[in-house]
Amino acid sequence: MSMTMTQKILAAHAGLESVQAGQLIEAKLDMVLGNDITSPVAINEFEKNGFDCVFDKSKISLVMDHFTPNKDIKAAQQCKQTRTFARKFDIDNFFDVGNVGIEHALLPELGLVAAGDCIIGADSHTCTYGALGAFSTGVGSTDMAAGMATGKAWFKVPSAIKVELTGKLNEYVSGKDVILHLIGMIGVDGALYKSLEFMGEGLKSLSMDDRLCISNMAIEAGAKNGIFMVDEITKAYMEGRVNREYKVYAPDEDAEYEQTITIDLSQLKATVAFPHLPENTKTIDEVGEVKIDQVVIGSCTNGRLEDMATAATILKGKKVARDVRCIVIPATQAIYKECIKQGYLDIFIDAGCAVSTPTCGPCLGGYMGILAEGERCVATTNRNFIGRMGHNQSEVYLANPAVAAASAITGKISDPKEVM
Amino acid sequence: MKAQGIVYKYGDNIDTDIIIPARYLNTADMKELAAHCMEPVDEDFPKNVKPGDIMVGGFNFGCGSSREHAPAAIKECGVSVVIAKSFARIFYRNAINIGLAIMECPEAAEAIEAGEEVAVDFETGVIKNLTKNEEYKAMPFPEFIGEIIKKGGLLNSIK
Repeated sequence: MSMTMTQKILAAHAGLESVQAGQLIEAKLDMVLGNDITSPVAINEFEKNGFDCVFDKSKISLVMDHFTPNKDIKAAQQCKQTRTFARKFDIDNFFDVGNVGIEHALLPELGLVAAGDCIIGADSHTCTYGALGAFSTGVGSTDMAAGMATGKAWFKVPSAIKVELTGKLNEYVSGKDVILHLIGMIGVDGALYKSLEFMGEGLKSLSMDDRLCISNMAIEAGAKNGIFMVDEITKAYMEGRVNREYKVYAPDEDAEYEQTITIDLSQLKATVAFPHLPENTKTIDEVGEVKIDQVVIGSCTNGRLEDMATAATILKGKKVARDVRCIVIPATQAIYKECIKQGYLDIFIDAGCAVSTPTCGPCLGGYMGILAEGERCVATTNRNFIGRMGHNQSEVYLANPAVAAASAITGKISDPKEVM
Repeated sequence: MKAQGIVYKYGDNIDTDIIIPARYLNTADMKELAAHCMEPVDEDFPKNVKPGDIMVGGFNFGCGSSREHAPAAIKECGVSVVIAKSFARIFYRNAINIGLAIMECPEAAEAIEAGEEVAVDFETGVIKNLTKNEEYKAMPFPEFIGEIIKKGGLLNSIK
């Protein structure tokens, strides 16, 4: 029975020789993740149902990243509840203010997730770890509670779409544009219930930061997971981070894919998703005159070191436009420190940006950059739904870090080439 | 199990930020959350909805975040069932896990209008439009999922 990458990982974790699309299985989990919003609901369910131990204290990650440093009293209560739970069960991977980073940047950085793993997280962007060649998917709090208690989860084995990448990205075009282009092509439910499996010679030119960004937004096409073939770049990234054996799965040559989409990376332009869906994409030459009030550079999608480096290249020696607020959020403490070391923070602050400690904050309209009525924001984040970053009559435009930084300088959505 | 109520109808891609905006997620108190359910598109929904009423959506209902607060807020509002053309996968999972009834039925979701009275039979999957005197048939759940629903949610089924 031929299988896709995803199907092979699921079969191995279900203790089966093979699985096929549509089959319902129970799989063993290598990591169960929650954050400060989803963990309290999971903990309530865990306690209400009388569970008195966790399956493995080293395979649970609790990351206080969404509304931290605590935005208000209620948020503080939620973190307190999660902290108490973490201490009670001696959870190894509890991350709080001071060492916390945005979960999907933090876990790969620390080597807590690796190729071949089967991972669930009570956060929809848990699909990010597919970039490492893992099966990783978002679930709700009840699944998280069950996962913490039993170390298992049920899945319907997904069918898959193959995304064959060729060529090499041009300057100021990044992983963000690959995934926005793909979502624009297939729509926000184009991969509903399915795997997106990325492969092809184009992978050679895609950094881990690009791949993590692409897998991160697989959910924005409705996908169950978005997984990359493991190559030397993946292995080099895991080297020195992952302190255990990991397993590399490749699809069978005759694996069944419902559809194959070929993307020539060299043909892609910087791409912007207009309100209020990630599928409303336009290439940068099609955007026209869109004045903006705010720029956010950060998030689990684009808060990594390369994103910071790109933004710094564009903003170096320049000023953020009058009447534009530019908020830069390095996704983890390690990235933050590296930004200091490389001089990026000086560049950002000299340009007139606000730089924040790691937090999901504005991406989901929590805090640290909420929009007023009628305001527009160019953000390197992942969703531009109605009211996502603030007022119901505000607008979010999704873009890569180069476009976001360039737009901060000009005060309107701009091609980075215009300011360089 | 049966349900009957008045329909609240919304469009395609009703995302979790519409169902419950993230700014309210600083609490896990479902009563508090329910007071803001559907706020970005229908501010009066929590005030108007009556126990047993039915929500109808288009394609990709519940897309976006994994927040279980979304199906939980709908359930807390008293909605007896959500009928849609299709569901985003995490919402689908969450609804089953917490015991919010959902039915995938493109035909019903297309034909039923806001304000109509609809009756649903979960055993047979038959959806009756009492206002228009029409009948539609929803996709049945796989047996495994049917068992979770019967046992009252995921955690009851694994205990």
